[in-house]
Amino acid sequence: MECVFGLVGNDFAIVAADTSAVHSILVHKSNEDKIMILDSHKLIAASGESGDRVQFTEYVQKNVALYQFRNGIPLTTAAAANFTRGELATALRKASIFVAVAIYNKALPCPGLYKGGITSLPVYCITHRTRDAALLISNPYFVNILLAGYDKETGPSLFYIDYIATLHKVDKGAFGYGSYFSLAMMDRHYKSGMTVEEAIDLVDKCIMEIRSRLVVAPPNFVIKIVDKDGAREYAWRESVKDAAVPSA
Amino acid sequence: MVKPAKGTTTLAFIFKEGVMVAADSRASMGGYISSQSVKKIIEINPYMLGTMAGGAADCQFWHRNLGTKCRLHELANKRRISVTGASKLLANILYSYRGMGLSVGTMIAGWDETGPGLYYVDNEGGRLKGMRFSVGSGSPYAYGVLDNGYRYDMSVEEAAELARRAIYHATFRDGASGGVASVYYVGPNGWKKLSGDDVGELHYRYYPVMPSTVEQEMVEVTGA
Repeated sequence: MECVFGLVGNDFAIVAADTSAVHSILVHKSNEDKIMILDSHKLIAASGESGDRVQFTEYVQKNVALYQFRNGIPLTTAAAANFTRGELATALRKASIFVAVAIYNKALPCPGLYKGGITSLPVYCITHRTRDAALLISNPYFVNILLAGYDKETGPSLFYIDYIATLHKVDKGAFGYGSYFSLAMMDRHYKSGMTVEEAIDLVDKCIMEIRSRLVVAPPNFVIKIVDKDGAREYAWRESVKDAAVPSA
Repeated sequence: MVKPAKGTTTLAFIFKEGVMVAADSRASMGGYISSQSVKKIIEINPYMLGTMAGGAADCQFWHRNLGTKCRLHELANKRRISVTGASKLLANILYSYRGMGLSVGTMIAGWDETGPGLYYVDNEGGRLKGMRFSVGSGSPYAYGVLDNGYRYDMSVEEAAELARRAIYHATFRDGASGGVASVYYVGPNGWKKLSGDDVGELHYRYYPVMPSTVEQEMVEVTGA
């Protein structure tokens, strides 16, 4: 299962994520970067369903860039977090009508396959004098996000956003089965205003704990940091080397 | 619960000389083998291939659709589309249909301006860039042989033999894979079909029957 965790330090925020792309029992890739650089001073670490993860974080990234183009100034981390949460919340409950004559004629597969909630209502269409069944289905994004950023005025911040659009500003947070181990480690050893060395030490402690105690522990992790100098990759922690991807 | 995988074995990997793509050719409906001669490697355009795993109709239709879009891109931009772009087009289409029952597990392999490219795209909208992938119910078996024998600096013949062997071993153990192991090579001048061997014949090529001495022989019981 995907492990994502992060914490806020002295003048920086750090996030770590595992790097395995898994389909049921198969590991397709063990160097998949799940921490996207949202803009110069923001990082978005996402875990969840494969398609949703990439598509939703790219959607947030492009909208954040659009705001900057339109307004000439970048969004604050809090604003970006609230935007992300808003999109997740909208997708969660806003049902779109999926009209299907086929459902009425029983040609489509069982509605149980569709994600989210379903209500069906018969709709009488006056112009065509037919009766079509309309499905109202919601299309939630199954992505859990840790958004880390640095603002000049307010310093570093970390936001916990889960797939049902919960939003919390936190000092430390984690998602996935790895959170059972990393949260306790961070609760025990975290203190506010940690230096980069102390924070990396804590992150490594969490990674070691996950590797030794989680039954299907991911072997490799990527660590990214954001501070006044910007968002960048800090290190990889690899115990299994995958075939290197040729750089684009 | 382990999700039932798409009944097939396909694989592709990048190596020094280009991309090697291989697949079996069996189509099964539950326990019934409906065909032993399905073309699972789809020619999108002369320098790009797609593999088929999952629903045959879905894969064929959407690969043909992707080929159309790639050609339109060429006409509009006066240059070939990259493998990155083609796979992103397909991934976005499949993502927009997610939850509606499409079953597609495909790899887009090609050679563009940046060299060889390989992407895995599936019906959930997931898209992964990588050096080697195997998709289908026989993929764990193929991965074992492929991972073990893989070196980046192989010749075309060695890579083809590795691909063929991996498909053979997957068809040996997986009931939903079989038929003919096709191997394609994608190089700087486009793709080329290298071989299509029946896996039954491959078995005896790899493990020929050796004449051996009999351990125990049945003899007539003398009447009593």
